[in-house]
Amino acid sequence: MTNHVEEAPLSTTAERQAVLGLPGQTPSEDWVIVTRDLKREYDMGGEIVRALRGVNIAVRRNEYVAIMGPSGSGKSTLMNLIGCLDTPNAGEYWLNGQLVSQMKDDDLARVRNKEIGFVFQTFNLLPRATALHNVELPLVYAGVSASERKERAFQALASVKLGDRVHHRPNELSGGQRQRVAIARALVNRPSILLADEPTGNLDSATSEEIMGVFESLASSGQTVIMVTHEPVIAAHARRVVVLRDGVIASDENKGKFASRMGF
Amino acid sequence: MPLFEAIRLALDTIRVQKLKSFFTALGVCIGVMFLIAVVSIVDGMGRYMEEDLVGKLIAVNSFELRHRPNINIGDVDDATWREYARRQRILDSDVEPVVEALPEGAKWSMYSDGQVQVEAEGSRPRRASVTAVDGDYFEIKRLDVTSGRLFTPGEMTTGASVVVIGPDLVKRLFPTVDPIGRQVKMAGKFYSIIGVGESLGSAFGMSFDNYVYAPFRSPIRRMLNFQSRAIDAVVVQMPTAEAIPSAQEAVRAVMRARHQLRPAQKDDFSLQTADSALAFWDKIKGYLVLAGVALPAFGLVVGAIVIMNIMLVAVAERTHEIGIRKALGAKRRDILIQFLIEASTLSTFGAAIGIAAGAGLAFVIREVSPMPTYVAPWSIGVGVLIGAGVGIVSGVYPASRASLLDPVAALRQE
Repeated sequence: MTNHVEEAPLSTTAERQAVLGLPGQTPSEDWVIVTRDLKREYDMGGEIVRALRGVNIAVRRNEYVAIMGPSGSGKSTLMNLIGCLDTPNAGEYWLNGQLVSQMKDDDLARVRNKEIGFVFQTFNLLPRATALHNVELPLVYAGVSASERKERAFQALASVKLGDRVHHRPNELSGGQRQRVAIARALVNRPSILLADEPTGNLDSATSEEIMGVFESLASSGQTVIMVTHEPVIAAHARRVVVLRDGVIASDENKGKFASRMGF
Repeated sequence: MPLFEAIRLALDTIRVQKLKSFFTALGVCIGVMFLIAVVSIVDGMGRYMEEDLVGKLIAVNSFELRHRPNINIGDVDDATWREYARRQRILDSDVEPVVEALPEGAKWSMYSDGQVQVEAEGSRPRRASVTAVDGDYFEIKRLDVTSGRLFTPGEMTTGASVVVIGPDLVKRLFPTVDPIGRQVKMAGKFYSIIGVGESLGSAFGMSFDNYVYAPFRSPIRRMLNFQSRAIDAVVVQMPTAEAIPSAQEAVRAVMRARHQLRPAQKDDFSLQTADSALAFWDKIKGYLVLAGVALPAFGLVVGAIVIMNIMLVAVAERTHEIGIRKALGAKRRDILIQFLIEASTLSTFGAAIGIAAGAGLAFVIREVSPMPTYVAPWSIGVGVLIGAGVGIVSGVYPASRASLLDPVAALRQE
């Protein structure tokens, strides 16, 4: 599938280091995500848990990156920070040229709405709403008019081959179809990044391959994709794999190096 | 989130959970129902007082000169009664100077009335309200005959023994025959029936149609006032309501002069208008409205607490949904508005049922009891506003809790 599509440009280690070495400075337009020494601690009843101990990541526009790590490595925390659902205790997070690590709730909500498309392990569709209405939801919060909303939601569903399922509720759809509704919802606002958290965690292997195919074609068409997973097989679908361990980055390498290291 | 979206969402929730929504809104429903019912009773009685009762007793744009008011709605204290009892009567000799002092365009009539036994051949005697009238009485009261005729000026001046009787009396005394030309006997004297008057209707189940009118100077007058020169009232009608005060002043000046009152002394006669008769009713109405609003208010407070609790449960149940919405870009305000609208839609829905039930209750009361009810349009508006208001008040706390949820924690909760 990949051999006839031109590969999206992959950032090199040297480039990344150049971007990361400039604290306080707005990254150039090429860089959709830059985190500088990102730290997040939790107070668990008096005991301080240091989930992220200083993470530096730079992602170029159009990259397809997997963030991997065992449970407790801090990957969920990192995903929440990248997804603007949470804010760091220290460090900088630049998303699409905006310093989001300093933002307050409502600004973060606006950034989530505009810049980020979420795909979750458990799909997180509203159970009582139809596929169409679920996909419309980000547009509702963006203040898009009802007629335009409908049209764009239809298009998004058609692009994930669910044009004939628009009026179905989640419980009338298969797992793979639900995840495709979620992908349509994530893409409907044309976000800067598609942020997927264990997108195949609740799917059988055939359906997982199908969803990975969708991600592959999105990445090939220029969509920046960040995928968080603990499965190396799934991570190997990305062009670049970042491995977290104990709240720091253990490795950051391209697909080929990762695959050969894993013995695929 | 646009308002319309939020309302649609709230209606969806109500549709999915019909029974739960109904019970949630029951408190508001009952509160609003009683509010509408009580207000409709008070309003209906008010209209009755104003349009039927007082309107029938006191002609439009008119006032009556009396030695004391004959319509006393509510209590009059003992001191006032004693003062009324000491007053001198209005005399027939007062009428001419009073009439001369009236502004141009005024109509007037003097009359006396009382309950008198009326007999007719072939039926049992009945007590009827008998009024001896002079001047423009029938014009002022807008009373005409349905058959026969009214008194001629000649009959008025000479005090002929002729009467116009009411439809109730016709029914009782002459159930089968035409009463025109027949005779009735009152206080041992015979009177010819020359006309049957129109129906005056009834108030509080009391018919106004059991009447007899006779010329003022006819012999019946002696049965109505034992003091031979006394009369009950002079009624004055002006072309417009604005003309009433100046006419009243003219009459007052004449009567004070005739009664030789010093400037410091109060009037020892009454100039009764529809407004003065209704003054006490207005006072009672104030208390009734207060009670009618205060009692349902308890229901509304209980209703508000129930809605607040249900909304808190809804927020807890839908924490995950709130997390999803926040992840997709819902701001605090969006979540706040969503739950506020949901609470007020729920409560307005309860209020709407309450309005329907209250209007139904008012209808039933009107049908099965003599109490007149009238559902005022403003009370429906107030009901809707109360519904929305209670919802907003009771929704504020749950909605603000929902809006402040942390998206990560909310998403984690299943």
